Amino acid sequence: MRFLLRRLLHGAALLLGVSLLTFLLIELAPGDYLSRLRLDPEVSAETVELMNERLALDRSPAARYLYWVGSLARLELGYSYRTGEPVLGVVATAARNTLLLGGLATLLAWAVALPLGIWAAHRRRHWGAVLSRGASSVLLAVPDVLLALALLLFALRTGWFPTGGMVSLEFERASALGKLADFAHHAFLPTLALVLVSVPTLFRHVQASFAEVLRSPFLRAVRGAGIPVRRRILRYALPAAANPLISLLGLSIASLLSASLLIEVIMTWPGIGPLMLNAVLEQDAYVVLGGIMASTALLLVGNLVADLLLYLVDPRIRQESR
Amino acid sequence: MKGSLSRLAGLVLLALHLGALFAEFIAPYGYADQNRDFAYAPPTRPHLIDDEGRFHLVPFVYALEPDADGRGYVERRSERFPIRLFARGDSYRLLGVFPASRHLFGVDQPGRFFLLGTDGLGRDLFSRLVHGGRVSLFAGILGAGIALLLGTLVGGLSGFYGGGLDRLLMRVTEVFMALPWLYLLIAARAVQPLDTPPARALLTVVLILGCFGWPRSARLVRGVALSAREREYVRAARGFGASNLYLLRRHILPRTAAVAWTQGALLVPQFILAEVGLSFLGIGVNQPLPSWGNMLGELQHFHVLASGWWWMVAPGVALIAVILAYDLVARGATVPAYDPATRS
Repeated sequence: MRFLLRRLLHGAALLLGVSLLTFLLIELAPGDYLSRLRLDPEVSAETVELMNERLALDRSPAARYLYWVGSLARLELGYSYRTGEPVLGVVATAARNTLLLGGLATLLAWAVALPLGIWAAHRRRHWGAVLSRGASSVLLAVPDVLLALALLLFALRTGWFPTGGMVSLEFERASALGKLADFAHHAFLPTLALVLVSVPTLFRHVQASFAEVLRSPFLRAVRGAGIPVRRRILRYALPAAANPLISLLGLSIASLLSASLLIEVIMTWPGIGPLMLNAVLEQDAYVVLGGIMASTALLLVGNLVADLLLYLVDPRIRQESR
Repeated sequence: MKGSLSRLAGLVLLALHLGALFAEFIAPYGYADQNRDFAYAPPTRPHLIDDEGRFHLVPFVYALEPDADGRGYVERRSERFPIRLFARGDSYRLLGVFPASRHLFGVDQPGRFFLLGTDGLGRDLFSRLVHGGRVSLFAGILGAGIALLLGTLVGGLSGFYGGGLDRLLMRVTEVFMALPWLYLLIAARAVQPLDTPPARALLTVVLILGCFGWPRSARLVRGVALSAREREYVRAARGFGASNLYLLRRHILPRTAAVAWTQGALLVPQFILAEVGLSFLGIGVNQPLPSWGNMLGELQHFHVLASGWWWMVAPGVALIAVILAYDLVARGATVPAYDPATRS
């Protein structure tokens, strides 16, 4: 319990630090949200002045950062310069979509990598194991961007899948089942891209971890005792190999988020990626800040979940933290 | 077997980097040379046999002209342009110093030889690929260099001095490791306006990559430094009155070299990919300077993806080759430690 509390406090401090860093970076950038309007001959100087005042861009950077910290308490996270909406709502929707995509992809990737990795470690010389090792090496070398583009091209050529968005225009009118089908139809390609990006790394680690455990003396003893292979792997090898894999779950979230950003942009999935990118291009400072906060928070929560799982699964760690 | 494979990968990398270094010589045209009449031209076909069925030892190309409905190109068969090796073309400065005008291959004007076709402005894609390789490959190497330097500095100090400094530096390292770094890269890139000159944009990207990528190498170097500090010969040297600076330079840092090299081989492809990602999104290296990232970025336009999908093949294949090669080199350097399963 105290461990949890300490981790949460650390997380909050980290978030605050990151927000300060990000804000400084945005402030260092020349110009602001209104720079482009100032250059636009169709927008008068008075209008720009008025907007400058209304958006509080004329205040000092320190005042704006303090305002942002204050709005944190009001659960607003500042406002978007473009739409005037509180950032929290915008970011929350985007974060939900990113989480939906990332969560789905993580689940599927583990569902593929875990059995395949265990099997490949168990039957090292089987042609299937050799093949999947080779395939994972090749897939590992294919950049995320290329993979997503190839899938998009596939969608474009065949017309079997939509080329962007999360739901179609008729979504609101569809039945519950129709909604689910529509969502699945849209989510298929982005999820596939993300799964293909993450499976090779997971597969490699699962395989290495199991290969080591399966060779260890205690499993040879288990084997000598005549315990059947299924029980040997599930009951004896899995708990012993679980520790590094759970750590990997925490670590893989960072790369998942990075890959997800590119895939979201390419497949126009309305997640944090496109939101952040547009906000950076428009210098919509509070939205950039919100996007960074959301992605850092996702990462922290993911790591926390992995650590808690580790705590539950590994008795050695429970002993240590007592 | 494994060793020779990684040596082969090393040779491939050497060739690619040399090619990128001598880009002006390898590429028949400049990366920004526009041929507005030949937008989206497909790869030019080299021929060996002409219309009369005669065989030519030297391959040749025909000049292109717009076809009847103006949507594609047809070959004008009246005139042949043989492909010459070491052809005289636009003058340039080799390595930025030596004036030269020979190119590895080329055809006489007004013939054009687009080995991989052209983009929307009629720029030769092969020339852009070679020049883009220079940007992407060296962005990766420079970024990794900066990251290794920072990592060795932080890790070395942390491991060597230990105590409070160690705890502080490792805290900072953990914080950096816990950040969603592509997102931060995007935010950090915004420090420079999007219309900065390409060279400065490239420098910014490299600096940002280096400044965000050091934590892992810092952790590894710290481990090595920590164990080196306790070695008998180091303690003996200290006992003889060696200064900290001497110990670091003579005994600690040389021990970290192996770790740093492997880490470098792992970091470079990561940074190449990061540069590709940023440039793909349009916030990395900007036009007219090509990079493999912004070449792929053009495919974000649906009409390009739908009509000229073969665009992604060249930068894509180049990227895959580079990443695979670096991976093999890194593995060759660490076979015993990399994958516990391969040890037996």
